Amino acid sequence: MAKIYSDCNPKKIQLNPKKETVDFLLNYSKALRVNCYKKMKFEALLN
Amino acid sequence: MKKILIQDAVLVKNYLNGDESALSVLINRHKQKIYSFIYSKVFDRDITEDVFQDTFIKVIKTLKLGKYNEEGKFLPWVMRIAHNLVIDHFRRNSRMPKFDNAGEFSIFSVLSDSALNAEKSIIKNQVESDVRRIIQELPEDQKQVLVMRMYQDMSFKEISERTGVSINTALGRMRYALINLRKVIEQHNIVLTN
Repeated sequence: MAKIYSDCNPKKIQLNPKKETVDFLLNYSKALRVNCYKKMKFEALLN
Repeated sequence: MKKILIQDAVLVKNYLNGDESALSVLINRHKQKIYSFIYSKVFDRDITEDVFQDTFIKVIKTLKLGKYNEEGKFLPWVMRIAHNLVIDHFRRNSRMPKFDNAGEFSIFSVLSDSALNAEKSIIKNQVESDVRRIIQELPEDQKQVLVMRMYQDMSFKEISERTGVSINTALGRMRYALINLRKVIEQHNIVLTN
């Protein structure tokens, strides 16, 4: 049987953002309100 | 049960209609790609985290302000924002270079202060004073030539004119002065290095 000399592929390191960062973004999204007045738009962070 | 993949465009639409969970799905779906893309440019986890966060803040703002034009290219659009923010980061850093000593490489190993520090300055003074004391031990004629040559920076021609001896004699006295200095230094184990 043929010998396999090649190394098995090392596990690829998965790069992911921290859970805190994702949570922050989701909370930021929930807190951000855009109020429209005539043609103007106002951002408001409602925490 | 078969999982149905909701397309990005639908999720964006749902999000714009007030479904906050749609954003969570979008972030979780693309976070690895976007995060890796940023990391491949900046090679720093903390900066990657910051740029990733800024990217999605911009995404959220643009979506909520109704400025996003859906063309079925949500991921390329987010990638473009991340790319621009990475460029902003490098521009900011080139204006204000920041050196931290967190990594293996320390910038202070390359930069050096040419001025002597307090310790080296004391040693230098000590060495100079030791040399002066040893010179005082030399015979008068040798001492005279050595002082004129080393401290007054005179040429041997000038020394010979001033002392009234030939240049060869002045050279010979200098030679003996140095030999005698070395002898004294060796005999007394005097260390004259900085």
